[in-house]
Amino acid sequence: MASVALRSVSKSFGHVPVITDVNLEIADGELVVFVGPSGCGKSTLLRLIAGLVPVGAGDVVIDGEVVTDIPASKRGIAFVFQSYALYPHMTIARNIGFALETLGLSRQQIDAKVTEVAATLKIDHLLSRRPRELSGGQRQRVAIGRALVRQPEVFLFDEPLSNLDSDLRMEMRMEIAKLHASLAATMIYVTHDQVEAMTLADRIVVLNKGRIEQIGTPQQLYHAPQNRFVAGFIGSPRMNFMAVSANASGADCSVQGPGNLSLDVTLSGPGLPTEIGIRPEALSIAIQGQGKVTGTLERLEDLGHEHLAYVRIAPDIAWSVRLPNALGKVATGTSVGLDWRFEDLFLFDRDGHRLDHSMSHERSAAANEVRA
Amino acid sequence: MKTRLERREHLSGLLFVAPLIAVLVLVAGWPLARTLYFSLTDAYLDDSANHVLVGFGNFVEVASDPVWWRAVRNTAIFTTISVAIETVLGLAIALLVHGAIPGRGLVRAAILVPWAMPVVVSTKIWEWMLNDQFGVVNRAIVGLGLADHGVAWVANGSLLLGVVIFIDVWMTTPFMVLLILAGLQILPEEIFEAAEVDGIPWWKRLWSITLPLLAPTIGVAVLFRVLDALRMFDLAYVLAGANVNAMTMSIYARDRLINNQELGVGSAASTMVFLLIAFVAIFIVGALRLDRSGAAER
Repeated sequence: MASVALRSVSKSFGHVPVITDVNLEIADGELVVFVGPSGCGKSTLLRLIAGLVPVGAGDVVIDGEVVTDIPASKRGIAFVFQSYALYPHMTIARNIGFALETLGLSRQQIDAKVTEVAATLKIDHLLSRRPRELSGGQRQRVAIGRALVRQPEVFLFDEPLSNLDSDLRMEMRMEIAKLHASLAATMIYVTHDQVEAMTLADRIVVLNKGRIEQIGTPQQLYHAPQNRFVAGFIGSPRMNFMAVSANASGADCSVQGPGNLSLDVTLSGPGLPTEIGIRPEALSIAIQGQGKVTGTLERLEDLGHEHLAYVRIAPDIAWSVRLPNALGKVATGTSVGLDWRFEDLFLFDRDGHRLDHSMSHERSAAANEVRA
Repeated sequence: MKTRLERREHLSGLLFVAPLIAVLVLVAGWPLARTLYFSLTDAYLDDSANHVLVGFGNFVEVASDPVWWRAVRNTAIFTTISVAIETVLGLAIALLVHGAIPGRGLVRAAILVPWAMPVVVSTKIWEWMLNDQFGVVNRAIVGLGLADHGVAWVANGSLLLGVVIFIDVWMTTPFMVLLILAGLQILPEEIFEAAEVDGIPWWKRLWSITLPLLAPTIGVAVLFRVLDALRMFDLAYVLAGANVNAMTMSIYARDRLINNQELGVGSAASTMVFLLIAFVAIFIVGALRLDRSGAAER
């Protein structure tokens, strides 16, 4: 098992920078997930670690050893591709055991290892078939088996589940989590699916335009995003935002915005908020005239296990509200108030950095009273 | 029972292929039928209307002519050796050009030049370069001190077939390169990346991954080339005329038909060439089908 580190890694394709100055330390046995919008460079970063793409600048370190100039095959890694990349003309058994054929093992040793791995992944009944005779989920298992059989130091997964339907994806997600727990191997996992990221990761790396926006546990990213990008990227439906104007005198700051928004906040550091953000699940609908913001209930969606409400606050601002229960007697088109707890409010400055704040004293006291 | 819609679709399908069928009957079916008919007669070219049916006599005459068998042997040798060399060379060049080498586009264009030239032109060029007294090849050989005097490449009967093979390889290897390159480019790259990560050495990647995946492409390319080589006429004829050392089956048929004016015997020889090529084509196509259904192991 091994740790992985990236030191000031950059990469350009032609004149287009894809990865810019990435620094990252991944501990031995950790499962780290790279997430980001498409084109953010997450797959390229994985390929740089694998050695399938040479780095432009900086160093890749695996198990304390600089491997920047070492070929992929000598880095002690295994790579699971989105397309599975199985050899179409070989049987499943040979697909899994192919890498072992060059290691000087006997036929029996290879067969034994292949059988063992296939049994772990419950594909031992498919060994004599060919890839095209398998379903997507089975092919994914074969691809993982091919990685497992080599007993690598580091597993690299490039969107391994994105070609599967949602049921299978959930099943394979648990399978990979189980695998990680039993092998205690270092794993790096690229996905655009934040559910996969939140459920699998020890730590998540959020990438945007080739830069790391934030590194943290799923909880840190959700509860304490460092900036507007991470706040907007993690969470579904995404966080509601609103541009605001603010006046500060010392740490005390009053915030004004559309929908009769008027808040007093106490800033814990420098900077002035220009935008606020609140997650849909932190919002509640109050009767008209109450709450911190007013708007018009535009649409209600019943998803069975939850209800989504869309409230238009200004012509160009509509917030989504996630409610555990149906919104009984409120008809669409009526004016409603939206309320939230103060600690659920995020403030962002002009550059998108999140500003720490605490509740203003009076309201804090009031809130505590209510809760007690 | 077919529904009305199905019948209508069937009918419109027939309607669409009808023009093609008509043209094929006109340009291929009719001449073939005429050739078959004349092969059973004693007709001469100068007065083809004046003939009687003689059964399979012409076929017997061709089959008992040692020159015919010499032509069959020449054609077989030519086809086997030239297609084999072209395939191996074409594969090697395609693999080389497929890799990311600088100026790859230019190399690809340059490779095509021999293929783009008319056969007669390249044959004449080579004939001159191989000329025993004035040719640049002999000049180089003598100049480098490899031999005291030039080799009579084209005049020496025992070398003639070799020269035909050499020029054909020079001319048609680009075709092989192009076909195999096209096949290489549609192979999924991730498979090779997977092999790279798995530490599979290049020769095993070539032997166990590239070649099996490329087999259908190579099969089709070989089929094209074999059928082309079995019909070989222009190159050998321009270089050697009806010289028996380089005489192919097509040249034999032409020799009987035009030079000897024997329409009947020439048609019989042509028919035999046609049947032979058809047989080989069916055999190769059958072999390719087998491969495609996945019966081939490892």
